Amino acid sequence: MAVKVMRKRELTSWEKLYVPQILSGLKITSVHFFRNLSLHIAHSLGLLKHLPASVTFQYPEQPRPLAARFRSRHRLTVRDEGTPRCVGCMLCETVCPAKCITIVAGEHPDPNVEKYPVRFDIDLGVCVYCGYCVEVCPEDAIRMDTNILDVAAYSRTDMKLDIHELMDPALRKPLAACHCNLNFPHVCRLSGGQVKGDWNEIYPEASWTKD
Amino acid sequence: MPTLTIDGRQIESPDGSTVIQAAEKLGIFIPRYCYHPGLSIAGNCRICLVEVEKNPMLQISCNTPVTEGMVVHTKSDKAEDGRRAVLEFLLANHPLDCPVCDQSGECDLQNFYMNFGLYDPRFREQKVKKKKAVAIGPHVMLDQERCILCSRCVRFADEITKTGEFGIFDRGDRAQLGLYPGQRLDNPYSANVVDICPVGALTEQDFRFKARVWYLSSAPTVCNGCAQACNVDIHYVLDRPHLNDGARILRLKPRYNADVNQWWMCDEGRYGFGWVDKGRLTRVRHQGVDSTWERAIAAIAAALGKLRENGTGSRIGVIASTQLTNEELFLIREIFEIGMGARVTASGPIPPGDSDDFLIKADKNPNTLGAKLLVSSEPGAPAVPTILDEALQGRIEALWVFGHDLTRFVDEKTLQELSRTLRLFIFSGTNENPTAGWSHWSLPTAAYVEKDGTFVNGHGRIQRIGRAFPPLADSREDWRVLLEIARELDHPMAWRNPQEIFVGLARAVAPFAGLSYEAIGSQGVALDLPASAITSAATRQNASASASEATAGKSREGGPNAPGVAAP
Repeated sequence: MAVKVMRKRELTSWEKLYVPQILSGLKITSVHFFRNLSLHIAHSLGLLKHLPASVTFQYPEQPRPLAARFRSRHRLTVRDEGTPRCVGCMLCETVCPAKCITIVAGEHPDPNVEKYPVRFDIDLGVCVYCGYCVEVCPEDAIRMDTNILDVAAYSRTDMKLDIHELMDPALRKPLAACHCNLNFPHVCRLSGGQVKGDWNEIYPEASWTKD
Repeated sequence: MPTLTIDGRQIESPDGSTVIQAAEKLGIFIPRYCYHPGLSIAGNCRICLVEVEKNPMLQISCNTPVTEGMVVHTKSDKAEDGRRAVLEFLLANHPLDCPVCDQSGECDLQNFYMNFGLYDPRFREQKVKKKKAVAIGPHVMLDQERCILCSRCVRFADEITKTGEFGIFDRGDRAQLGLYPGQRLDNPYSANVVDICPVGALTEQDFRFKARVWYLSSAPTVCNGCAQACNVDIHYVLDRPHLNDGARILRLKPRYNADVNQWWMCDEGRYGFGWVDKGRLTRVRHQGVDSTWERAIAAIAAALGKLRENGTGSRIGVIASTQLTNEELFLIREIFEIGMGARVTASGPIPPGDSDDFLIKADKNPNTLGAKLLVSSEPGAPAVPTILDEALQGRIEALWVFGHDLTRFVDEKTLQELSRTLRLFIFSGTNENPTAGWSHWSLPTAAYVEKDGTFVNGHGRIQRIGRAFPPLADSREDWRVLLEIARELDHPMAWRNPQEIFVGLARAVAPFAGLSYEAIGSQGVALDLPASAITSAATRQNASASASEATAGKSREGGPNAPGVAAP
């Protein structure tokens, strides 16, 4: 084994003077300090808003920019008529390493769809955000692209998202005095855990009923 | 007997048998869709292609008779290529329904594609649309698009049930499976077509969308629906209670037993498991108030012990059930009949019902013959009404009812009177009923899928039932309760589990001599009983059921072209 001898670089005479090196360091700090100071003053006067004053993000007023592939809170994609694209195949429930997904499937009136989730819950207190559910979905029915990061609740049960929050990311926790806007049959936590909704409302003139 | 070579191994196979059967004997699995050992040979799916030397074409192994000196290759490139091409044709019009299809996970199209298909699909045309999700009977759902026209179901309806509902209509890629006009698939064995369907064309309505098959655990047991005691597998889920409203059993599937049910079972037995998870007793109750097992055992044993000390053991009445296992009936006999001289009878909690000459027996209890061999075997044994009469007259002071709903014998008012006159009235059983309500002590006990044991079916065959999952909530197995009562009564028994009880049983009761759980195995053993014992058990239950069994049994041993059962 060859031995490589590392030699320490000799300091130049300018560097050996010491004080100029200290001053050059102070210069960098001062430039940032006075730039941020003047920009903050300008911002408070309503000027130069497009220039950021410092690298700190003023969260939550100023959301942090996220990468396109970032895995944020889940959502269920929706068909044109407002029903979930999910067919209740339970592959996400099967693949989920944290076992945080709960699905109960039901009969869809359209024989070409056949199956849909009556109940679809994700327990975010358990979820590890691995994204396997998105990977495994054969219908592109579940995605993690809502860019919602601030999932917080006062109790563990409140960490459970049901089909309402999943289908409509605009519904944010806590769900205070919110009305159920889903009109297909589903287990509705907003109205007491009962099955609510009616297929006939969505497909009043369905082709498959006229057989 | 011709000798042939399959994949380099020699095997002797009887004349008239086919290559697929010879391969099966060697443990070589050849893919199949239309071939089913219980049905006639159709030879239409072509997936079982094998290469036979000196034959220019690939041959279908299900319909190629074995000949002397035949050399067969099942895994050669040529055979695999042929099978892959067949699979591509079968899948050409097959919809990509796997996410919504209940068969997925146990589908032979999926399995064989993953085993040897793995081609890139070349079919770019529009797939033929057919009807989906059609309820063709009370239990079965048909999806014509998924069907690969193997005709197993058609042959089942023609040959086994002889009802002939199914037909294949139209030609070419428009050929479709359907029912003849005006027909419904409502024969008593209809759901068997779901089991034999190799794809997702025929699925169960009861199981529909309840769970994915890979969530299911399976445990072998024996159906308790009638005296035939068909071998079944219990498919259950314990870790996902949301799937089926907390019910553990999701479905029953028949388990092959050449001597009992072959590959089949009736719909009545298949869908008769609801009581295991619904309406169960969950708590020990004393006079309608929740109590504990410790208190119940102590109180019952004290009361029984007092009667025994006074020498009035005959003032104890026991109504045993033919739903109990042999081990439990043996304990009842040892503790009550022999140990105390109590008045013991065994009777079926479920009244007799329909029967036919195939699997359905009129006696709807699984262990009538076992009960006859173990308790109430003496000629003067009392019947249930006699015991109830004696109880009403005050000649019986303590009554223990196993699983029976006494409203079958007396009205509820009499039951109320019984509750008043009896000093000790115990009900032990699985489900809530009026008798449980009026009894002094109501003890929740395990269902047959929650305990080990043996049943003797109507033909004198002893078979094991197996514990699939632990008893619900606070319930306990009857044998455990009886052993604890025996210990409290200073009549300790050294047995700790049904297997050990059975050893004791086999020593004590002649027809069971020499048997053990190992000897009974998974397929059961025919007990050495006089023919009169079997027929008297059958006639007592008002059944003409087993009359044609002898002829049916003979025809079952026929070749692959003589399957199923003899005509009625």
